[in-house]
Amino acid sequence: MNYADLFRVTLPETALEIAALLVLIVDLGFLRKVALKVRVAVAALLGVAGCGAALWTLQASYGAGYSFDGDLVLAQGGYVAVAQAGILVLTALTLLLLIDSNFTRHAGEFVAVVLMAASGGLLVASAQDLLVIFIGLELLSLGLYILTAFAKQSGKSAEAAIKYYLFGGMSASLLLFGFSYLYGMSGSTSLPKVILGTYLSASNGGTPLLLIALVMIAAGLGFKVAAVPFHLWAPDTYEGAPAPAAAFIASVSKVASFALLISISTVTLHFLDSFHTTGFVTFTVIPAGVPRPPIVFGFRSTWPLILAVLSVASMVLGNFAALAQTSVRRLLAYSAIAHAGYILLGLAFYSWSNRSANAVLYYILTYGLTTIGAFGVVSVVERATGSDRLDSFLGLHKRNPLLAAVLGVLFLSLAGIPPLVGFWAKFNLFAAVLGVSAGPIPFALVALAVAMSAVSLYYYLQVLKRAYVMPAIDETPIKAHPVTMAVLVAIAAAVVVLGCFPALLQGWIESFYPIL
Amino acid sequence: MLAWTIYLSFAGALVLALLPKDKPSLARWLALAVAAAGLALAVQGFIAGMGQGRTVLVDLPWVPSMGIHFLLAADGISRVLVLLTGLAAVAGVLFSWNIELRTNEFFAFYLALIGGVYGVFLSFDLFLLFVFYEIAIVPKYFLIAIWGSTRREYAAMKLAIYSFAGSAMVLIGLLAAYTTAGSHSTGLIELAHANLSVSFQMWCFPLVFTGFAILAGMWPFHTWAPTGHVAAPTAASMLLAGVVMKLGAYGCLRVGIALFPRGLDPWGFSFSGIGSWRDVFAVLAVIGIVYGALVALAQTDFKFVIGYSSVSHMGFVLLGLMTLNQIGMTGAVLQMFSHGIIAGLLFAIVGRIVYDRTHTRQLAELETMHLSKRLPFAAWAFVIAGMASIGMPGFSGFIAELQVLVGAWMVRPWWTLAAGVGVVVGVAYTWRALQKAFFSDILPSAHLLEQEHEHNFAAITWQEVTGVGLLAGVSLFVGLYPKILLDAIEPAVKALLAGGVQ
Repeated sequence: MNYADLFRVTLPETALEIAALLVLIVDLGFLRKVALKVRVAVAALLGVAGCGAALWTLQASYGAGYSFDGDLVLAQGGYVAVAQAGILVLTALTLLLLIDSNFTRHAGEFVAVVLMAASGGLLVASAQDLLVIFIGLELLSLGLYILTAFAKQSGKSAEAAIKYYLFGGMSASLLLFGFSYLYGMSGSTSLPKVILGTYLSASNGGTPLLLIALVMIAAGLGFKVAAVPFHLWAPDTYEGAPAPAAAFIASVSKVASFALLISISTVTLHFLDSFHTTGFVTFTVIPAGVPRPPIVFGFRSTWPLILAVLSVASMVLGNFAALAQTSVRRLLAYSAIAHAGYILLGLAFYSWSNRSANAVLYYILTYGLTTIGAFGVVSVVERATGSDRLDSFLGLHKRNPLLAAVLGVLFLSLAGIPPLVGFWAKFNLFAAVLGVSAGPIPFALVALAVAMSAVSLYYYLQVLKRAYVMPAIDETPIKAHPVTMAVLVAIAAAVVVLGCFPALLQGWIESFYPIL
Repeated sequence: MLAWTIYLSFAGALVLALLPKDKPSLARWLALAVAAAGLALAVQGFIAGMGQGRTVLVDLPWVPSMGIHFLLAADGISRVLVLLTGLAAVAGVLFSWNIELRTNEFFAFYLALIGGVYGVFLSFDLFLLFVFYEIAIVPKYFLIAIWGSTRREYAAMKLAIYSFAGSAMVLIGLLAAYTTAGSHSTGLIELAHANLSVSFQMWCFPLVFTGFAILAGMWPFHTWAPTGHVAAPTAASMLLAGVVMKLGAYGCLRVGIALFPRGLDPWGFSFSGIGSWRDVFAVLAVIGIVYGALVALAQTDFKFVIGYSSVSHMGFVLLGLMTLNQIGMTGAVLQMFSHGIIAGLLFAIVGRIVYDRTHTRQLAELETMHLSKRLPFAAWAFVIAGMASIGMPGFSGFIAELQVLVGAWMVRPWWTLAAGVGVVVGVAYTWRALQKAFFSDILPSAHLLEQEHEHNFAAITWQEVTGVGLLAGVSLFVGLYPKILLDAIEPAVKALLAGGVQ
């Protein structure tokens, strides 16, 4: 075991932890008598600086990752670097949106927990070992439960947190149960060995065990990405959590979880690459008339099927349930479920080349960015009107034209209207799915996804209709903190620019993870 | 230079959106200037392009890794439709001079829509075409929902959902064609030359054609059109009927027919005379012609008459496309131009000149108002527009519909016979509307007579006179001298029929 290697690979996580400790020391040690506003601003800025430092160490450290006993434990570079950079940038944006909020007096703790959860996210993104995956997920999740409960005066926040925690605890136990089966089948916790082990074990009659294990794991990870039928926590959590926490859950946590799914899908296809040994393939010619040996169902044939089922359920239920929502936060929750469905489709039909990985990364990064902006707008409106009902958006274009314009750009992007980034993300993802296989089944699923995104336009327009079309009840202007406004405008501008020039972000991702 | 129509419109939209709210007249003049500059560019491009085939305007790599190009080009069909867009844009601004509510936003959405329309007509990359096609959806929604009338929110949402559903079908076809062709390009020409298999074209063609035809008002997917047209503010209904429905028809032609020509082949079996997708869509087009005309005959709302007449006239476009012969398809393109001008004129008269003064569109109420005496300009303008609409020789509609009917006769004579019924009913509903709205001899009640004397209608403004003069003049000019457009359309159609977009 080489601790220097471990330290080098986990530099970004270390930077975040140091920043978290620093925030606590500064906030609790030096700023106790200072006004809350200043404390929030200092804590948030320190947190942003921590993210920046982590980003810097990330860029400085491309290498082979960290291996233990010859098995890769933490990967580095490639899609991992992209996902980690995304996690850090989105965390920094969430912290900037915190500056304007007043739901808690414990600013330092909030920022520290955000940073620790983000370091859990970094671990999840790079983990290649079942145990590290589990620990990373728990580190991330525990932070999220705390963040959800952070608005102590709000009953909703407490309710959301307890629901989230109960579902989360349950799904973590299912995940661990599934992992233990996988370990039992393969005798290893390293992903490539586990995948290989599933084939060997399944050929010896272990298929039922494998199915149970995979369903358990799908339940655990489906919970993290809010895929139907493991989505029940999402609407309540999105509704009850304080806005920055909800934005964090909707973006950073999703990026980390999907990065994990990318890892699993990639290793599923490339598990033989990691053994660095020469092997023999034996062919047997079966004469006509002799019964064919049974086909072995390993990881590869079962996992994509489970993902496809989750994907269809999420797309359909997410989009249709969103139609009926009157709370914009719940609407965003169901739309998040629907978007998770689209992404799962990209993971179910996963390409040998890096095309699918890049398309999924592109989607989740831009989705995270858009959704942080959407929560930012919702929180501004919520503070002015006291509610996130659809009707509190009435006449927004008169009350704050800039905010209404940002809302318009972000929601149209979520609906997938060109030339905004959401459209390109969808196009790229669906093209990647059809690039893997253009058979009738992937084609039908893509057609379903496109049709469902036509449905989604209706509920996004419901919000925009209130902001732009319907008469205002109250015409007093809504004021937003200049920093919040600047962040929101920057996000909207990024959504437009990245949408008009899709090659920018695409090229950036490919510079880390070139398409073979 | 044609490419600047797009940039100019979007730049104008952006500037108008940022304009201070308390300067409505500045917004109007700016919008007029942008629209007029667009028209000037369109005319210049049309004249410069005479006798030329396809000319590439801009070709930049957009997403190199997927072979997507920002490829703007123009052939004869594009130039004619860009010209139509320029005319409709200028007329639309003139007829919305009296918009007082959120004027700058109105014209911002208006120019964004125009920019999207120019973009569709000039794109020769399928992906780019699709992007512009979708850009046009959102401004339509807001134009109708904010500035519309009768059931505007319902009509706007219906229009948006229908358009988006149609474009979802197109997107599926685009993804399928892109991945199946494997040519690593979304250029229309590359895709047309990709040798897509017949079985692929057989299912992709109806998908894409239907997706576009929804916006062209094909029966039975036309129901967004009457409600949308009626609810929309005058300029928006002029654009909807004038150019947006043409987007659909243009897509049917440029994407549906040009990329998947084998999709129109016979199936090899026939079911009660229908043996290919061509028959299916031709029959739907004929049903649209007759159905639209019959329903227009029964309307009580003046604007609904025009709305359903649009469905009927767009049926001619689709029928012309399905003839797949030189004369029929040339007629279809000319009908797009002609109907764009005439429908714009009709909606302007009904929505702006009449409705904004009488505040009713019910034919029964208009009957008692003696509009021929009180608004003689409107009455005579409608006589001219009505004549053009029913296909009176001397107007553009005549030559266009004649060509479509001749083309259809060459394929299946009964198509022509059935569509001929539509023409006759067209005369009837136009006549009926004309009679009821303007030339009725029902005597007004004493009470109404008193009211008439008390407040006269506002005088006709110069914008209205200019707009009517522009549109009616163009229709008459093209009717008398169709060669000017046909010279541009015919070679382009010939090239398209010969296979390949070249």
